Amino acid sequence: MADMKIHPTPDLDELEKGPWPSFITGLKALRDRPDSKNKEYVNDLLGQLQHSYTNKMGYWKGGTVSVFGYGGGIIPRFSDVAEKFPASSEMHTLRVMPPAGNHYTTKLIRDMCDVWEEHGSGLIAFHGQSGDIMFQGCTTEKVQVAFDALNKMGFDLGGAGPALRTSMSCVGHARCEMSCYDEQKALRNIINEYLDEMHRPALPYKFKFKFSGCPNDCVNAIHRADFAVIGTWRDDIKINQDEVKKYVSELGRKYIIDHIVAMCPTRAVSLNDDDTIEINNKDCVHCMHCINVMTKALSVGDDKGASIMIGGKRSLKVGDLMGTMIVPFMKLESDEDFEELTEFAGEMIDFFADNALEHERTGETIDRIGLPAFLEALEIEPNANMVNHPRTSSYVRTDDFDEAAEEYFEKKAEKSAAE
Amino acid sequence: MSDDTPRTPDEHGVPDPFPYMHPVMVDNYGKWDHHERPRPGVLHHVSKTGGEIWTVRAGTQRQTDVFTLRTMMDIADEFADGYIRFTTRSNMEFMVSDEAKVEPLIEALNKAGFPVGGTGNSVSMISHTQGWLHCDIPGTDASGVVKSLMDMMHDDFIKEEMPNRVRITTSCCQINCGGQGDIAINVQYTKPPRINHDLVANVCERPSVVARCPVAAIRPAMVNGKPSLEIDEKKCICCGACYPPCPPMQINSKESTKLAIWVGGKHSNARSKPTFHKLVVANLPNNPPRWPEVEAVVKKILYTYKDNAKDWERMGEWIERIGWPRFFEMTDLAFTKHHLDTWTGARKTMNQSAHVRF
Repeated sequence: MADMKIHPTPDLDELEKGPWPSFITGLKALRDRPDSKNKEYVNDLLGQLQHSYTNKMGYWKGGTVSVFGYGGGIIPRFSDVAEKFPASSEMHTLRVMPPAGNHYTTKLIRDMCDVWEEHGSGLIAFHGQSGDIMFQGCTTEKVQVAFDALNKMGFDLGGAGPALRTSMSCVGHARCEMSCYDEQKALRNIINEYLDEMHRPALPYKFKFKFSGCPNDCVNAIHRADFAVIGTWRDDIKINQDEVKKYVSELGRKYIIDHIVAMCPTRAVSLNDDDTIEINNKDCVHCMHCINVMTKALSVGDDKGASIMIGGKRSLKVGDLMGTMIVPFMKLESDEDFEELTEFAGEMIDFFADNALEHERTGETIDRIGLPAFLEALEIEPNANMVNHPRTSSYVRTDDFDEAAEEYFEKKAEKSAAE
Repeated sequence: MSDDTPRTPDEHGVPDPFPYMHPVMVDNYGKWDHHERPRPGVLHHVSKTGGEIWTVRAGTQRQTDVFTLRTMMDIADEFADGYIRFTTRSNMEFMVSDEAKVEPLIEALNKAGFPVGGTGNSVSMISHTQGWLHCDIPGTDASGVVKSLMDMMHDDFIKEEMPNRVRITTSCCQINCGGQGDIAINVQYTKPPRINHDLVANVCERPSVVARCPVAAIRPAMVNGKPSLEIDEKKCICCGACYPPCPPMQINSKESTKLAIWVGGKHSNARSKPTFHKLVVANLPNNPPRWPEVEAVVKKILYTYKDNAKDWERMGEWIERIGWPRFFEMTDLAFTKHHLDTWTGARKTMNQSAHVRF
């Protein structure tokens, strides 16, 4: 393409300086390398990006583009300045769900590169904040054929719009000793069961599941997910006292006291005179701190499962909402346990579909109707782990308090009889 | 069925990860016992049955071209075992079953320009959004801001010298797709949208735009004989929520789109409960291509934290201990009326005690 006029990119050139890998250098390779199949497209894409840097404005508009059979999963982008940069006037993204836990072989990535070089711009993001592989830069004409190629490889589009969204899990069981349940199994069971809600958007707004194997919450589920599954355990933290002693001798008593004992949020840890450690597990809130510091000496218990927190989201429209503890513990070991989780997930999606207003997230619905109404709808018993503290306002009608208390004691008796 | 009938998709859903997972990880799935970090950027995991795996973590530019990806795959084939994975912050992880492969792999990655780090108490890759490259409503270019900041913090990525892990995010609009962070660099609009009344009636579904406004500042109106929308500018909080459903309500401009910096967001439950980030500076200029004003503030906050926090304290926990008055003093930043929350529940963010710091 000897006649291709290269757009000058003076601002973007500045982003090639410095030690961090540069996305601009990568884009220029797509523009300049003799073996690139996307020179003109990427030249205009760089031209438009420089145009944005010059004017400090974005120039993409949305629209409607989809593949046959699906209502979502493609993010359409049409250029507002197509007359200046015609080759890249359509810059759609295919959101594609990665293998759970983001595992790849080199062959798989190479195959994906070949597809995207042939049918798209050659630019891929691993991954978008949605958790998808973002195949960025496709024309309307090529969207179907690009999708078909990826779909034949065993891959499927993710979520977009008012729908069940692509999910994420931490590395968990695959490479982490802190993992308290099989995150990848939970993710695949739920998303694949309700896949129709992803491919044919019909919910009031987006609905997100995220799966973290322990309370370190590496996938940011509590902040970001409508339905956060956070691994935890019910029995005691396991202690290897020989390893504890090694930590004490290496780091010193003062360090252990200042950084483990004093940093325990419920003062549940103490250092014994013989340099072993003692944990009052009844006081432990399962925050992970001591386990994070002494990875070889302390570990999560054996009676594992997950907490479920509902209603996390960022600002729009009522302001930030943190996920709220709804199910303090659900055992997650047997297939039946996982089925129960999937079933509960379905009930949550149904509740959301039936009760949320348009463009309302689950957390906002709960705020609007109140937590008691939400719990009643999902037939969940109130639990003291759901609150920081009981209500402080007296403005509530309590004439059925006795019946509620009686029910509480009955349930408690049933539970202790069962144990 | 005629030949031009499109192909019906195979609804695979989320792919099974096991065919793509390192064999040592498959064999020891759910059986890991402990881990250690032999050096920055490297994790060593040991399973209950004696299986061992070393992970080398490398920073990437996230928006990656196929040539760079193939270079990384060549490295994975030659120096690792042909398997890779990505972290939630777009770092690439190479797994090897033999410790002897670790150093040559690091050398190959560094030689190809990929920093090795992002583990433990380092500054990991900034999680970020799409920006001018692809988004339909961006106020800035996240990838450019990230590149500039990661250049500045390159050393903090490859070393583990922070008090605890530092998780930074950037977002190109106030929806904040980048998420919560120890430090968050987010677009903050400063002027109400400018309305193109000629387009509103044809482009926007007016009742849903009215419903979208968090402060009920938008109402239907006839302007120049055309059905349009108008804004009560005294009520408008410049959040930009009306812009995505109604592009003729342009919220961005060259001058009025600014950047704000927030601190103290935390995902983990370790020690303290998860927290949202809090505003520290607004009105920084949106100044491509390197955003020097943003860089200066991030640098000041980051290194004040580094020099003063105790081991294992996250940014927000350090501030909680020293108090906000001292944070603003130590970072030479202004505390203004805009730091006092005015949104629903604002009272709960005020100091309702006689605890005062001097």
